[in-house]
Amino acid sequence: MNIGTTGLSLNEKLIFEHSRPGRQGFSLPELDVPEAALPDELTREEIRDFPEVSEVEVVRHFTRLSSWNYGVDSGFYPLGSCTMKYNPKVNETAARKPGLAYIHPYTPAALSQGAMEIIYRLEKMLGEISGFPAVTLHPAAGAHGELTGMMVIRAFHEKQGNPRRKVLIPDTAHGTNPASAILCGYEVVSIPSDGYLSAEEVAAHMDDEVAALMVTNPNTLGLFEKEIVEICAAVHAKGGLVYCDGANMNALMGICKPADLGIDVMHFNLHKTFSTPHGGGGPGAGPVGVTTDLEPFLPNPRIRQENDGFLWDENRPDAIGRLRAYHGNFGILVRAYTYIRMLGAEGLRRTSEMAVLNANYIRARLEPHYHLPYKQRSLHEVVFSEQHLKGGCHTMDAAKRLIDYGFHPPTVYFPLVVKGAIMIEPTETETRESIDEFCDAMIRIAEESGENPELLKRAPVNTRTRRMDEALAARKPKLRWEKHAKE
Amino acid sequence: MEIPEELRFTEDHEWVLVEEDVVTVGITDFAQESLGDIVFVELPNVGTKVEAGKAFGVVESVKAVSDVYAPVSGQIVEINEELPDAPEVINTSPYEDGWMVKIKLEDSSELDELMDADAYQEFLENEE
Amino acid sequence: MAFTPHTGNDIAQMLKVIGVDSIEGLFDEIPAAVRCQKALDLPAPLSESEILRELKNLAAGNATPETHISFLGGGTYNHFIPAVVDFLTSRGEFATAYTPYQSEISQGTLQAIFEFQTLICQLTGMEVANASMYDGASACAEAALMAARLTRRKKILMSRALHPEYRETVATYCRFLEMALIELPFNENGVTSLEDLQAHLDGQTAGVILGYPNFFGVIENIGSLAPLVQGQGAKLVVAVQEAASLGILKPPGELGADIVVGDGQSFGIPPAFGGPHVGFFAVRQKDVRSIPGRLAGETIDQEGKRGFVLTLSTREQHIRREKATSNICSNHGLCALMATVYLSLLGKEGLRKVAIHNHSKTEYAKKEIAALNGFSLPFAAPTFNEFVVEAEEPVEQVLDRLEKKGILGGIALRPFHAEMGKRFLVCVTEQNSRGDIDALIEALAGGKS
Repeated sequence: MNIGTTGLSLNEKLIFEHSRPGRQGFSLPELDVPEAALPDELTREEIRDFPEVSEVEVVRHFTRLSSWNYGVDSGFYPLGSCTMKYNPKVNETAARKPGLAYIHPYTPAALSQGAMEIIYRLEKMLGEISGFPAVTLHPAAGAHGELTGMMVIRAFHEKQGNPRRKVLIPDTAHGTNPASAILCGYEVVSIPSDGYLSAEEVAAHMDDEVAALMVTNPNTLGLFEKEIVEICAAVHAKGGLVYCDGANMNALMGICKPADLGIDVMHFNLHKTFSTPHGGGGPGAGPVGVTTDLEPFLPNPRIRQENDGFLWDENRPDAIGRLRAYHGNFGILVRAYTYIRMLGAEGLRRTSEMAVLNANYIRARLEPHYHLPYKQRSLHEVVFSEQHLKGGCHTMDAAKRLIDYGFHPPTVYFPLVVKGAIMIEPTETETRESIDEFCDAMIRIAEESGENPELLKRAPVNTRTRRMDEALAARKPKLRWEKHAKE
Repeated sequence: MEIPEELRFTEDHEWVLVEEDVVTVGITDFAQESLGDIVFVELPNVGTKVEAGKAFGVVESVKAVSDVYAPVSGQIVEINEELPDAPEVINTSPYEDGWMVKIKLEDSSELDELMDADAYQEFLENEE
Repeated sequence: MAFTPHTGNDIAQMLKVIGVDSIEGLFDEIPAAVRCQKALDLPAPLSESEILRELKNLAAGNATPETHISFLGGGTYNHFIPAVVDFLTSRGEFATAYTPYQSEISQGTLQAIFEFQTLICQLTGMEVANASMYDGASACAEAALMAARLTRRKKILMSRALHPEYRETVATYCRFLEMALIELPFNENGVTSLEDLQAHLDGQTAGVILGYPNFFGVIENIGSLAPLVQGQGAKLVVAVQEAASLGILKPPGELGADIVVGDGQSFGIPPAFGGPHVGFFAVRQKDVRSIPGRLAGETIDQEGKRGFVLTLSTREQHIRREKATSNICSNHGLCALMATVYLSLLGKEGLRKVAIHNHSKTEYAKKEIAALNGFSLPFAAPTFNEFVVEAEEPVEQVLDRLEKKGILGGIALRPFHAEMGKRFLVCVTEQNSRGDIDALIEALAGGKS
């Protein structure tokens, strides 16, 4: 059994607490021109309490901090909806090539053809994978892509003469969905789903004041929306558009193309499906694919191929504008490009097949021990509820106890429709042994909840720190270090 | 689950204490337990006009946020100044020290819409 | 090659446990009519060495400071990145970790975020900073939305001297929210016109946004504008597109800014053709509940040990959903970490020295260019590390001549400001030696026909 434990885990202060006047960790050449100063009234005093430390202290500081973390490189990371797959290291080598890492975004097109070609080709490849004829690599993250996609939808409707007022969103949707709709000036109407969204329910809510339906497919329960084709038809029948949150694309590559389902707009998460690292909270990238009708509204600029070369096209009057500076998170695009080129069609298909295999295997092993609220076929993730936990234990307790067993917990308490939801997404890069260890631990924990619930409620005990007082953090927010702060 | 006899209740889990034409409002024991440790309370200013069924304030816990709805229409005549600095009082004493606002009633017939303690008890049982 | 470790035996055994005959059986609930009928039409898969060779060829088609002497600025800067930055941020425990929702096993990330937040506060002179945004432009747009939220007003005034892509981003974010955007012109010194600001500022104004330094490298007079803006109950948003300037410039917080945003790419993050960079967002304590993005806060655990945790999460989309302060989910965590490492290495003295080098070399370049025939400096106001040059010849011709000498001499301004057909923007950093600058001067001088 994979019991979480540590070698020597060192304590470490804040970098500011290491500071000693005069210490420095940086070298600069001699100034080879006369020193110039700004007028006094524009010049600051020294940066108060900024760190003064040596290079070795910086290295030890962050090395120790890293040792308190857990990454995909440490172990199994079954966060549902996040696709924590292995991040290939060749992606990192690729992104660090000086010709890719150091090129300035305003380098003239004639001198950035290599970078532009990567952008052009990645757009095409994502288009082929999803079925969308036009793809933009502009957005910096999934939520950013959602905002972009919803703005495209609104711009389309405005051009038709009526922006419409409402957006339909199933109750299982990720929180960014309604937030993005609101930022486009829409009203959100929540639709109930029961495992899957029904075309009838959608049609009942659909009228000509509804601009769009936002769906996730597979949905956040890991189930393929069986009626998706009919749902799209029902929305289109009243002139609406369908937005798909493509976070769960890892289940469908080479299996099914979202554009073939009738979807009009979809965002990708390169940091999920396409193996770019999560970085402790970013950076990622959120490309958006659209139908031909919606292409004119995509952000500026778009890349075009002409006479064997690439150029930027800013002459697009219907574009929604831009949502960030420059062309996109190019460093992330390079990583995704590298990944897709290495896998090819067969590799991507195998990825989805093994992702779905791994998730169903977990489902089969855990179903006798955990309550499965929805019985339809799972794809790349499976959702259990807390119902079978005993001893007054809740999902949070089981999650913390999993940490003691050496695993990062799955996603918990999402989607909201399942009480104490436990959403498990293994991804395709896990071995069967790793998955078996995880299932063994989960089963043990279910048993512990009946035999000795305190083990769950007091968990985690094997970690450097125990459960944090979140109420204190929210009531008396302390969001920065200060010297001589009074306690 | 505490449900004081002398109070009235709404379906959004607010309680109401009626004293002639001024009512005191807070959230119930059920509400504070569902929310968990309360970390922040947003109250309207004294003098604000409120409408029955419309939100007048917000209660936040670590993991959830909830609007608080006015049970009756009228004007805010007093707010609990202690709450912003000690929101946890709503958890420890939801019906007394955790009171939120006092509203001067416009239309006393609105009180008839509220549930009494027994009806609220039944309502909670049906919700489960 | 796919990164799936499954053998044929693994697959067979797992299918048996699942109770399904074949992999195909797992997809039985996807309607046959929408299944892919053929394989994806993608180029054949490559091995690791092959893809690296392909990328080497693609990389060779790009000009960088390795192949040319670069004087390009405009919001992305050529600063030296110490070896330690990449070394530490490549650690798998940082790079392959998720958002720190499970705080007990994410203390590394959380403490680093707390340090980043502190450093941004110290640099900007503000009281609270979030865990970072995608970039300076989107941070600027979110600041406009926050100003509107705080004041409950709908009008935003933006200086035309603010970075054009920041302005476009603000406009896009505001587009469907019934907000009014007004652009304030700049005067002959390259500074936002005070008269125009006063003319448009009123009780309907939610916020005023200025660059500091602005797109032309010019240092705006924030201190004198702040009282005017706040006098009308509006919020002053200051956007720092070149964060290295804060090494010597007066921090916007001390000059009266209400919200300070900007981009931290200058702090150890490679230019990478425009991203990923990192946005920062800093406010006053009283406005903290309205700030977008993630926040790491200090607390204690059950045993009284100091630790850090994501806090005030009820502002965010995963709880507040449609009432959230923003739809933002991630930050640019690893980039914020790079900035944190860089700033720790440089420290107070290092950051100041780098800023002095930037400013001194730029002043040297300005002086030399101003002395050349056929070139002038149209803006008289003080600048940090970039400035506008006006040429008598067409700008394309000048830049072309420079490029033939292996110099990326500057950014033509006409694409951003149609009236500036004869102007270009030059940036000089600590990466440009005196020899580089002299080569620029010589190349500029060497072309008069």
